Amino acid sequence: MKVNLKGTLLASIVFGTLLLGGCDSLLVLDPKGPQAEVQANDTMMLIYIMGAIVLVVFAMLIFMLVKYRASKQSPDYEPPHIHGHWLVETICIGVPVLIVIFLGVRSVESNYLVESAPEEYVEEEPLVIYASSSDWKWHFSYPEQGIETVNYLYIPANRNIEFKLYSHGPITSFWIPQLGGQKYAMADMVTTLHLAADVEGEFWGRNANFAGAGTAEQTFDVTALSQQEFDEWVEEVQETAEPITEEKFEELLEPGHLGRSTYTGTHLEFSPAPEHNHGSSDDVNHDQHEEDTDHSEHENHNDTEHEDHSSH
Amino acid sequence: MEFFERFMIPHPSFLIYVSMVLIVLVSIALVGVITYFKLWGYLWREWITTVDHKKIGIMYLLMALLMLFRGGVDAIMLRYQLSMPENTFLDAQHYNEVFTTHGVVMILFMAMPFITFFFNFLVPLQIGARDVAFPRLNNLSFWLFFMGAMLFNLSFVVGGSPDAGWTSYFPLADVEFSKSVGTNYYMIAIQIAGIGTLMTGINFITTIMKMRAPGMTLFKMPMFTWSALIANLIVVFAFPVLTVALAMGAMDRLFDTQFFAIGNGGMDMLWANLFWVWGHPEVYILILPAFGIFSEIISTFSRRNLYGYNSMVWSMIVISVFAFTVWTHHFFTMGQGAFTNSIFSITTMAIAIPTGVKIFNWMFTLYKGKIEFTTPMLYAVHFIPLFTLGGVTGVMLAMSAADYQYHNTMFLVAHFHNVIIPGVVYAMLAGLTFYWPKMFGFMLNEKIGKATVWVMSTGFLLAFMPMYITGLDGQARRMYTYSESTGFTTLNMVSFVGAGIMAVSFIMLVWNIWYSFKNSPRNIGSDPWNARGLEWATHTPIPAYNFAITPDITDSTSEAFWDMKHKGTEIFKGDIKKIHMPNYSGVPFIMSCGFFLLGFSLIFSMWIPAIVGLIVVLACMAYRSFEKDHGYYIPEEEVKATEKQYEKRGAK
Amino acid sequence: MAKVDHSVPLEYSTEENDLKIFGFWVFLGAEIMLFGTLFAAYFTLVDRTGSGPSGAEIFEITPVLAETFLLLTSSFTIGLAIHAMRLGSKKATLTFMGITLALGLAFLSVEIYEFLHYVHVGAGITVSAFTSILLTTLGTHGLHVTVGFFWGLFIMIQIAKRGLNPETANKSFIFSLYWHFLDVVWIFIFSFIYLKGMM
Repeated sequence: MKVNLKGTLLASIVFGTLLLGGCDSLLVLDPKGPQAEVQANDTMMLIYIMGAIVLVVFAMLIFMLVKYRASKQSPDYEPPHIHGHWLVETICIGVPVLIVIFLGVRSVESNYLVESAPEEYVEEEPLVIYASSSDWKWHFSYPEQGIETVNYLYIPANRNIEFKLYSHGPITSFWIPQLGGQKYAMADMVTTLHLAADVEGEFWGRNANFAGAGTAEQTFDVTALSQQEFDEWVEEVQETAEPITEEKFEELLEPGHLGRSTYTGTHLEFSPAPEHNHGSSDDVNHDQHEEDTDHSEHENHNDTEHEDHSSH
Repeated sequence: MEFFERFMIPHPSFLIYVSMVLIVLVSIALVGVITYFKLWGYLWREWITTVDHKKIGIMYLLMALLMLFRGGVDAIMLRYQLSMPENTFLDAQHYNEVFTTHGVVMILFMAMPFITFFFNFLVPLQIGARDVAFPRLNNLSFWLFFMGAMLFNLSFVVGGSPDAGWTSYFPLADVEFSKSVGTNYYMIAIQIAGIGTLMTGINFITTIMKMRAPGMTLFKMPMFTWSALIANLIVVFAFPVLTVALAMGAMDRLFDTQFFAIGNGGMDMLWANLFWVWGHPEVYILILPAFGIFSEIISTFSRRNLYGYNSMVWSMIVISVFAFTVWTHHFFTMGQGAFTNSIFSITTMAIAIPTGVKIFNWMFTLYKGKIEFTTPMLYAVHFIPLFTLGGVTGVMLAMSAADYQYHNTMFLVAHFHNVIIPGVVYAMLAGLTFYWPKMFGFMLNEKIGKATVWVMSTGFLLAFMPMYITGLDGQARRMYTYSESTGFTTLNMVSFVGAGIMAVSFIMLVWNIWYSFKNSPRNIGSDPWNARGLEWATHTPIPAYNFAITPDITDSTSEAFWDMKHKGTEIFKGDIKKIHMPNYSGVPFIMSCGFFLLGFSLIFSMWIPAIVGLIVVLACMAYRSFEKDHGYYIPEEEVKATEKQYEKRGAK
Repeated sequence: MAKVDHSVPLEYSTEENDLKIFGFWVFLGAEIMLFGTLFAAYFTLVDRTGSGPSGAEIFEITPVLAETFLLLTSSFTIGLAIHAMRLGSKKATLTFMGITLALGLAFLSVEIYEFLHYVHVGAGITVSAFTSILLTTLGTHGLHVTVGFFWGLFIMIQIAKRGLNPETANKSFIFSLYWHFLDVVWIFIFSFIYLKGMM
């Protein structure tokens, strides 16, 4: 019996070490942006606290099982009738309550952090990118730059990116693990996700929410460049890419998988994003960058935004 | 589409054809065997029309084991598909169908009947009642559940399985994106089974509130009965939400309404909300009875009373209330903003508090006990650490900001399997082993039983621990393939091996039943475990009327049988009298067949047979309204004769 | 026959009767959740009219008032029927139940007219999320009234044939609970769907 219990304990320790030891290599625990860092720090903190709780429970259980097993006791031992004791029960409730209060406070703090633009880069206005999904692709529209890409994303590093997410079909979930957690893209409203990359480099993103047969391959590449390189890329696209037309866009929306492609103009001009806006942060720069965007849809949704806010 | 085309499998494969042939062969063999041994009459008289809670319970048990097999095969297929990168065993469409049916079958058609089996078999015995409050309704509940489950499984061979996930989020589940009739099956089969479950809920609340033995106050009820009461209260308040959601979903698909549609004002998020307003309480419907069973087992084999009875009860009540206040944590990432997420993050974490109280109470029950490691106890001893592991990862997921990274990943999959398998499945198997002698008059082999537990836990750890890691490494759930460059290969292979080992433990369980049936001694008496609850005060096998004399537990505690054995408290006072019993009836079965016809016809939009089915249902209800059924009496002499037989056998 | 306890009203007088009344209250708890969910969905979708009409554009006050009057009155008459049942007057019980069901039938006729009107003005069930939930909520209530009508009819036939005994008394009492419940649901529909919609 003892050996077997040790086995269970051993397995959990092995699992624990694997998890802690392999941290650097796990995407979620290898953040490359401020939002992902908040989440990775929370995760590590949770793993330590939860590990401690698990150890306490395991230790108590093993103690009880070893000490009070029948084979160690005389055959005529009669276990006593024990009711609860108020002190024991207060501790059993009190300690978890304290842990939950601590985690609750931390959770609220983190919520407001990941739901607003990262503070490091807040001086500069964010880059707005509309990321919309269709079966089973991602369309990235840069309204300020007047360009659009399919299945790949170039972003400037060290600058806040405000993703406006929506879907041309089923609910999808926009996820770049190393930059930050997911958010849903839905057909009837626009959701907002704030991300930023601390370093230049290539990251990997996907739709994490099951959306039909082609979901597994609904991935995209993210490249974070310096602001200068990004500007050069934009310029290059504006000069060389073909314009996106309504017919072309309809073609792109057909269910299936596509490689990368690049266009000038955005589909938002003829196929605007849904009106409802959900969960956008009240960042101070909002009005400023709103003026910079030159397409009417964006301004429209701003009007409805505050109304929608009050209803949630 | 051509009329007959709809009945074809839209995405056939070799595997499906093989299983089709097998299903047909097995069905023919089954019908053949029943006919050859002239069992139709026996089946009809003794089982199909039965209102005896014990027999209905056993039918639920059979369904649960059957569905465990089906869901398990699905699971093995899923794990095999993912054991290698770019595996071509299943294509995307089949993988989607398999994980959808795996989820629905395991939750609704395996776990639900398993706990309903325990409700049926145990509750009347634990409260000293002759049967449930509405025995015939109980029969109807079972057959509705049965027809729902069969209808759902029929999708495999007729028309195609649902493929939008067990959550079937709209608009993915709408006709535009799920064209086959699969999702119709989902909407309608679950609806029919759900009506059965709702009636079970009403039945057991009434039974527990109104039919307890004299002297059994609420706070003298055995812990499992408490858990059953609370679980059924949750059923009554949660299942109507599912009823409405499924009806709306079915109407969107069949009648082109706009509830969850894209455009015309439809709102996909409404489905997600309604689904989880039911879905989250649903997991507590499953886990609370599991807690109840572990409470019974742990106190029995610690040879001690359950520590902190009152706090056990109150923690369950608190859990049941919180169960309705956390549903949003299933979609923290829907963009409701920091404030809403914060509230639901805190309510979710708060559930850990009463759950923690229960874990500690179980451990304090071991304190100063005399612990015997029987098979049921071994399940319980494995349950505590494994469930704690699942519980703490639940707290991690409750941290909404961090959940943005765990959502839709294998981390989440690992978490809910980590609570449902050691929590619910272990409890069900532990309870099955524990109550097996009471049901069938012989014990399951302890050696094979204990080996099964060890094999199962080993398999479990190997299957699910790797998922926590791949989840944090970015492996999203419900994806049929991944490339080698992701580095998920080794851990997914380990996971598949673990799933295989779990399958071995299931085979060991079945083998144990067969082996024990052949070899176990039959003269085990009515109390082979030296147990404590009132349910053990009956004879084995239990007579149809349960207790010849209604027990009076005014002078006892919640462990009436223990008091009787050790303190000599008398619970069977008075003389044997004639006993009133309910009549068997075939009407619920016919009515359920009507429901099956109605459901099947709706799935394929065949309106005339649907109306015929509806008429059958309504006619059965009308018949019931006019029927005079006052039950019958078992005469005093017959009861006495039966009791004497038991005494002669020395079973008491 | 089961033991009859004469110290309590007839409808409670056997153990089975007592169980049935309790069980029915639990069932009504489930019904509250059912209608509660429909109302929650209604409030969520009420402004999502898409290209279809809003409530204010299609609601007509006259049929709604008529329906309200009919159903409220029927709730009163079913109360009278139960009172008569307790007094042991078979004839009065049957009369008041008959009036109740007649009022219920009248209610359904007006409701069918109302539905036809909605379809006529382009607010059919498939038009928008709002019309879908409106007609589903009203329809679920209407379906309950329809079922109740036949159920009540069956009970009337049984009282006429078998007289007032613990069984029929129990059935008519439970039926009255159901009927009152539908009335309460209607008051919510009247206040929160029609009045709020017309304002």
